[in-house]
Amino acid sequence: MELLIRNGLVYDPINGVKGEKMDIAVKDGKIVEKVNERKAKKIDASGMVVMPGGIDIHSHIAGGKVNAGRLLRPEDHFKDFERKTVVTRSGVGYSIPSTFTTGYRYARMGWTTVMDPAMPPLEAKHTHEELSDTPIIDKASYPLLGDWWFVLEYLRDGGIEECARHVAWMIKATKGYAIKLVNPGGLEAWGFGHNVESIDDQVPYFGVTPREIIRGLCKVNKLLHLPHTIHVHTNNLGKPGNYVTTLETMRCVKDLAEDGKPVIHITHCQFSAFKGDDWRTLESGAEEIANYVNAHSHVTMDMGQVIFTDTTTMTADGPFQYTLYTLTGNKWTNHDVETETSAGIVPFHYKRKSYVHATQWSIGLELALLIKDPWKILMTTDHPNGGPFIAYPRIVAWLMSRKAREATMKKINLKARSRSLLPSIDRELDFYEIAIVTRAGQAKALGLRNKGHLGVGADADIAVYNFNPETMDPSRKYNAVRRAFKHAAYTIKGGQVVVKDGEVLKHIDGATMWVDVQLCEPCEMEVNEDLRRRFKEYWTVEFENYPVSEDYLAVSQPITVKADV
Amino acid sequence: MMKVNLYPLKEFKLPVVAECISPDVFLGKTPKEIGELEVWEGNKQKKLGDLFKVEVETTGSSQETPLITVQGDVSRVRRIGAGMKSGEIVVKGDVGMHLGEEMQGGKITVYGNTLGWAGSMMKGGTIEIHGNADDYLGAPYRGSTEGMKGGKIIVHGNVGREAGAHMKKGIIKIYGSAGQFIGFRMKGGTIYVQKDCESRVGACMVDGTIVVGGRVESVLPTFTIEGLRKKVKIEEGEVVEAPFYLFIGDLAENGRGRLFVAKEPNPHLSHYEKFL
Repeated sequence: MELLIRNGLVYDPINGVKGEKMDIAVKDGKIVEKVNERKAKKIDASGMVVMPGGIDIHSHIAGGKVNAGRLLRPEDHFKDFERKTVVTRSGVGYSIPSTFTTGYRYARMGWTTVMDPAMPPLEAKHTHEELSDTPIIDKASYPLLGDWWFVLEYLRDGGIEECARHVAWMIKATKGYAIKLVNPGGLEAWGFGHNVESIDDQVPYFGVTPREIIRGLCKVNKLLHLPHTIHVHTNNLGKPGNYVTTLETMRCVKDLAEDGKPVIHITHCQFSAFKGDDWRTLESGAEEIANYVNAHSHVTMDMGQVIFTDTTTMTADGPFQYTLYTLTGNKWTNHDVETETSAGIVPFHYKRKSYVHATQWSIGLELALLIKDPWKILMTTDHPNGGPFIAYPRIVAWLMSRKAREATMKKINLKARSRSLLPSIDRELDFYEIAIVTRAGQAKALGLRNKGHLGVGADADIAVYNFNPETMDPSRKYNAVRRAFKHAAYTIKGGQVVVKDGEVLKHIDGATMWVDVQLCEPCEMEVNEDLRRRFKEYWTVEFENYPVSEDYLAVSQPITVKADV
Repeated sequence: MMKVNLYPLKEFKLPVVAECISPDVFLGKTPKEIGELEVWEGNKQKKLGDLFKVEVETTGSSQETPLITVQGDVSRVRRIGAGMKSGEIVVKGDVGMHLGEEMQGGKITVYGNTLGWAGSMMKGGTIEIHGNADDYLGAPYRGSTEGMKGGKIIVHGNVGREAGAHMKKGIIKIYGSAGQFIGFRMKGGTIYVQKDCESRVGACMVDGTIVVGGRVESVLPTFTIEGLRKKVKIEEGEVVEAPFYLFIGDLAENGRGRLFVAKEPNPHLSHYEKFL
């Protein structure tokens, strides 16, 4: 099928296109130089913004703990449901939407690729079942490897190459995309009721430190040539004063960077940028972190922006979730401790009038605005931890308009307002920068070559928003920006028009991307032998039943990389 | 004043969701407009006029919020009077789930029984039920902790389990018996049960008052006896004059809730007196 999107104002940062009026031609799901004008279906995008389809580097949309969250919160779905239509299936929201609703809601906003960031390897099959059921969007998942016994043992013994071979096998077996570290060392300690307090604490029973785990897996990542860097949820997340840990985490891999390329991704950095000794003296550590990131090129990060709403926090960071439970007294679940990681779920209401919550809201935006290079800071809410992903249009408006920020500032806690750095920041992002933080930057950080841009050969994932920057000023008309991003005028996925004016037109399957790491032949055998023996000794699952086979994925899209081991 | 009479046209086999049956919605509408209001029957969208015969009498000013009378069995019709702020609904027959959910004002009177979640999450107004009420009277939706925040519920018959769960304010008066877990996780307000109560009264309550005038199967071990009282005030103008044991709990939640249990119908609780 051929498609021609005419006269749109195109923002394509990877190819340096900055709001030029041009046509985009699509053929067989790819972007091409030109199509037959008479035959092609035409879309008139004049007076509209055209961008590559949105990408989300970090959004908990599938897997064991997401599903446990759904079970824990019937009241979350009660008031937010979607009826079935001729093309779409029914489902429920709000903070933990069902699989179908997740796909539709992302597509309605013009997002076409989403990464699920925390997959316990033992629950990989469950995760992939849910990902396969999530329509329209392309997706991938990061296996949790920072507290995996094999990894800890290899790193303790200094076997980086052995560790790399093992990680390669794990990524293939779980059909994963990147190495995820959550509170490295802390989750293993949590299995015994403990935590680690700094990146130099020893992990009980393993004799390694978080620093060794982070550095070790960073080296492994380089040996395997994985498309994304290591994806790190820092130690001490959610604790006042933790910005120091975050800075140390970034510093500890600085020497591993080559040619100014990033080697570490600090995720939902807002939760790791707290200054102060306790909750009463909490302050923003965004300035210190932004200064470091501005001066170094080996880090990318995402915001983890907080939205004032009722949401559900869920992370693999079990000890942190336990702390949150003791703080709020809400119902909670401790999950996944029997697997290679841990997890916790606590419902949470971010309130404008709470000093801590309002400060968190401010920190997220301060990070995004103080870090000068938009390629280094990407837009997320750490869905659903900071708020559900459907709040992205609001964040776009805050980033693009000082007035929008001031309007919200008027309603927040007074003490938080007086201490916030936001009033001193005049910066307003333009559509080019928004295209970076929501698409191009995310694609670059993830190493997705065919996504996040509109050059010839790219996947035809395109979003068209009904906002005319030539006649309207996004800084003043921020509500119009919000409306435009809430309901994309068109979302095109793989060359097919799936959304028009915020209505889903088609239910199509999105692909599941995974990294097929190719090792040298003999060492692949070696990995298997060692694993088989250990599985026989320790596991309740047969070795043969552990890996996810390729036919398990509804639409499999392997990305082949050649490793150095 | 506008008076609207609704007569069900058939015996409902499928659940009907009709939050439009509310005085605030009917206000200022013609009979035809009322008949055009949207309801769901099963998974089909219907008009109110398809399911009910609508009769309207207007006397005097039409600006007053109307009185709605539902004549007949509507035990499959859910969410009647949900979110209502003023006016009155009278139901002569049984009523379905979620009656007066999140209502803020006005009055609902039922001459029949109600199913679950009557007055769920209500904030104000009055619900009077002359028959029995099922489970979750005045309690929030499953999983939610946003209980009743105000208003009054009076039941002349018996009620099911978990009445007044998560309640914060307001009053529930039950002139019959009650099931298990009355006032579960209660944070404030008053619940009065004139007759008997099944076990686990006030489980996990942290504040508020529960008064039981009849027999209680047992008092949870996490409640401690505080004393004997000669009478208990339920609300302004309603005092029960009889000896009551006063228990404080639920200590498992560091609670300071007050549980009054009548002495006479509960001789099996007399061993508590030695701790006084």
